[in-house]
Amino acid sequence: MESFRDKIAIIGMGCTKFGERWDMGVEDLLVEAAYEAFQDAGVEPKDIQAAWLGTVFSGMTALTMSPLGLQHIPMTRVENMCATGTEALRAASYAVAAGICDVALAIGVEKLKDSGQTGVKGPAIIGDNPDGTSSIGSGYSAPASFAYLGTRYFNQYNLDPHEGKRLLAEIAVKNHYNGSLNPKAHFQNRLTVEQVMKAPIVAWPLGLFDCCGVSDGAAAAIVTRADMAKSFRADPIYIKGLGITVGARQGSMRPDYDYVHIEENVLASRQAYAEAGVKDPRKEISIAEVHDCFTCHELILYEDLGFSPRGRAKEDIDAGTFTLSGELPVNTDGGLKCFGHPLGASGLRMMYEVYKQLQGKAGPRQVKNPRLGLTHNLGGNAGAGIGSCVVVGSERSK
Amino acid sequence: MAGITSIGAYIPLYWLSGEEIGKMWRVKGTAGGKAVAGYDEDSVTMAVAAALDCMKGSDRGPEACYFATTTGPYREKQHAAVIAGVIDLDRRCHTADFTGSLRAGTTAMKSAIDAVKGGSAELVLLAAADCRMGAPRGKFEQSLGDGAAAIMIGSTGVLADIVGSYSLFSDFTDEWRTGNDAFVRSGEGRFVDEVGYLPTMQEAISEVLKSCSLKPGDCSRVVLAASDSRRHAHLAKSLGFDKAQVQDPLLTDIGDTGTPAALLMLVAALEEAAPGDRILFANYGDGADAFIFRVTEEIGRIRGRLKMRDRIAKKRSIAYGTYLDWRDLLPFEASSLPERAEPSLAVRWRERRTVSALYGVKCKKCGTPQIHPIGQTIRVCVACQSKDTFDTYKFSDKTGKLFTYAIDHLQPTKNPPGLNGVVDFDGGGRLICELTDYDLDKVAIGMPVAMTFRKLSQGKGIVNYFWKATPLAQ
Repeated sequence: MESFRDKIAIIGMGCTKFGERWDMGVEDLLVEAAYEAFQDAGVEPKDIQAAWLGTVFSGMTALTMSPLGLQHIPMTRVENMCATGTEALRAASYAVAAGICDVALAIGVEKLKDSGQTGVKGPAIIGDNPDGTSSIGSGYSAPASFAYLGTRYFNQYNLDPHEGKRLLAEIAVKNHYNGSLNPKAHFQNRLTVEQVMKAPIVAWPLGLFDCCGVSDGAAAAIVTRADMAKSFRADPIYIKGLGITVGARQGSMRPDYDYVHIEENVLASRQAYAEAGVKDPRKEISIAEVHDCFTCHELILYEDLGFSPRGRAKEDIDAGTFTLSGELPVNTDGGLKCFGHPLGASGLRMMYEVYKQLQGKAGPRQVKNPRLGLTHNLGGNAGAGIGSCVVVGSERSK
Repeated sequence: MAGITSIGAYIPLYWLSGEEIGKMWRVKGTAGGKAVAGYDEDSVTMAVAAALDCMKGSDRGPEACYFATTTGPYREKQHAAVIAGVIDLDRRCHTADFTGSLRAGTTAMKSAIDAVKGGSAELVLLAAADCRMGAPRGKFEQSLGDGAAAIMIGSTGVLADIVGSYSLFSDFTDEWRTGNDAFVRSGEGRFVDEVGYLPTMQEAISEVLKSCSLKPGDCSRVVLAASDSRRHAHLAKSLGFDKAQVQDPLLTDIGDTGTPAALLMLVAALEEAAPGDRILFANYGDGADAFIFRVTEEIGRIRGRLKMRDRIAKKRSIAYGTYLDWRDLLPFEASSLPERAEPSLAVRWRERRTVSALYGVKCKKCGTPQIHPIGQTIRVCVACQSKDTFDTYKFSDKTGKLFTYAIDHLQPTKNPPGLNGVVDFDGGGRLICELTDYDLDKVAIGMPVAMTFRKLSQGKGIVNYFWKATPLAQ
């Protein structure tokens, strides 16, 4: 099997402001993100040869992309739960790598706030039949499906509830601080550990500020062949490795699953690391955008992605390892927590931040001399997951 | 010979005191209170619990399953078939609902005795449950409770022989509901007593005693159905029974539970009975059924069972507002959170073995028990990937332990916050499911649990039943 490393470059990206975008429909969000990407890449819409749309709830077909006015090119809607944005990027990248086309668009969008509902209909995608009906009709929320991890993690590593909650709060505080430096983030407010710990409980141990924003937004990437990239711009970003792995719900069905890690996270990152030639992620990755849908998931991700040894993320949190000025900054743009989580857009939003960081264009959030960046999404939940991970770099290896 | 071969009971955990109701309406509440079915229970789920209790330890299933109630959730659709499926009876089992009268439980019992005596069945399971409602601020709101009882009728291993019986019907309108009534209606109190209850019960009881050549003093225990304590005492006294003979009608403990009420008293009487005891049992409603039982040596078999007193003592008080919510007695603000998905009739049919008796599979190759978290058919083993090499494997009767849990404040439930758990079954297998009847302060990793059949939701006009985990009785 040929290596995928450095075959594909990202030459343009766009991302809307995330949030409760009462002022914008799916069509506006798509146009905003795509046209920013066109301009960034210096291409015209007519230069796009194929496009992939990632959305979970905001469109069933590629016709959802019609507001972009692209003229009779191959277009496909893809879906992989919360890893949908990364899935769109993967599809576009693979098509270019296969030589089917040279310039492709990957775009993700989600318009959650038109539903009139407060949360995301979690079990509808996790538990039910494709037509929205159900055999059982279980009704637990998305926060509950991740709270299992927090409860078990505290138990496994003997964290008393207060200490466990504090650790989670540190993650929320960090991500809100980063988000406050980012005008496109859903939330702009900084939080204190005390505020996070005292917030109303949503699904113990997760309080309101342990849960990501339910947001509207879109993000887009234009990819091309690595050897053509410099003809579009001087500072393209190269895809080093990309892994997506889907389980068979083993964790939900087998008592040997421990609920203190997520196997799909581990396997997707190992796949991306292998492709990228990353041996020691803690040392080699300069910046990571990870799927902090809930703070307890970011906690576990430090270990799943190989940044902290098992059971010892606490030491790194307390040492400030993952803060903006730390050894390995994580979620520099605010993460899902603060930037917001429009499901289909999130994977590409993460890439938008890593892309800007690697180009040195992240403004007040800029990390010093980043070399390799990582994005990570998890679709589904602990026990029934879709893991995805992408490693990108600013230099193309010879 | 035919008689009772096994007994079972179910009293819901929740309890509403007369004082709490009285406080709401600024009246003096009745002494005691009533058992209240949980937000996820109805007559079918309570009957299932009593039936499983009755079948505990029995190695063979009945050939007939009767369900007696006046509050089945369906007007058209047989509840006995639902129950028989859930308790996993053979498909050839004869099922029937007995309804329309508070006497339906003993009507079913008489049919069961006839079936056993006539040889069409060796064992008949009878479950009775009710969840009747009284209109707010009315006397029935205070007096009507919820519960279920189950009795097995058979010809071998009989705990209590049927020595005699006497029945009569009476077209008398004392308590009733038409198809449009949500709440029980009744005639005027003394009219009901003097023309209905007392003479009807007196006749049935006198006649059954006469037919067995017995006098009131010959009965060790007298089990008399009654909808209130005063009426009950009056009847016992009028027939010359001594207070010591008369079985507690449980009215102040759990309220008048309707169809199962008399059977619950009979179960309580049998729990305390000794070989040779004679039990007079009389039930009322549109007439009366009276029976004489003779307790046998087999009664020793049920000694270790949970006693009615212990069941009642578990009660957990609820507030009046909770009661209004659980019984849908007020329109409440709709949730802005996502609701549960609507059930699909086709999917529920296809997965009926899982939905009803919580069947999963066990891999013949690697021995791994498994059940699908959303009730899909398992075709490929989650452990060894063998295809279509499974034995069926029942999880509903397995105990387990809580591996981790999530207390969900967003869950659509009438008893927030919802509690969800990852349950690891003793003997293998894992299921993510809801929990019920828990004490939130005592929930902990490693907590032993058992499975209980409950209502998850109601959508598309059907009741969406499934299993939940509940803390195992210690």
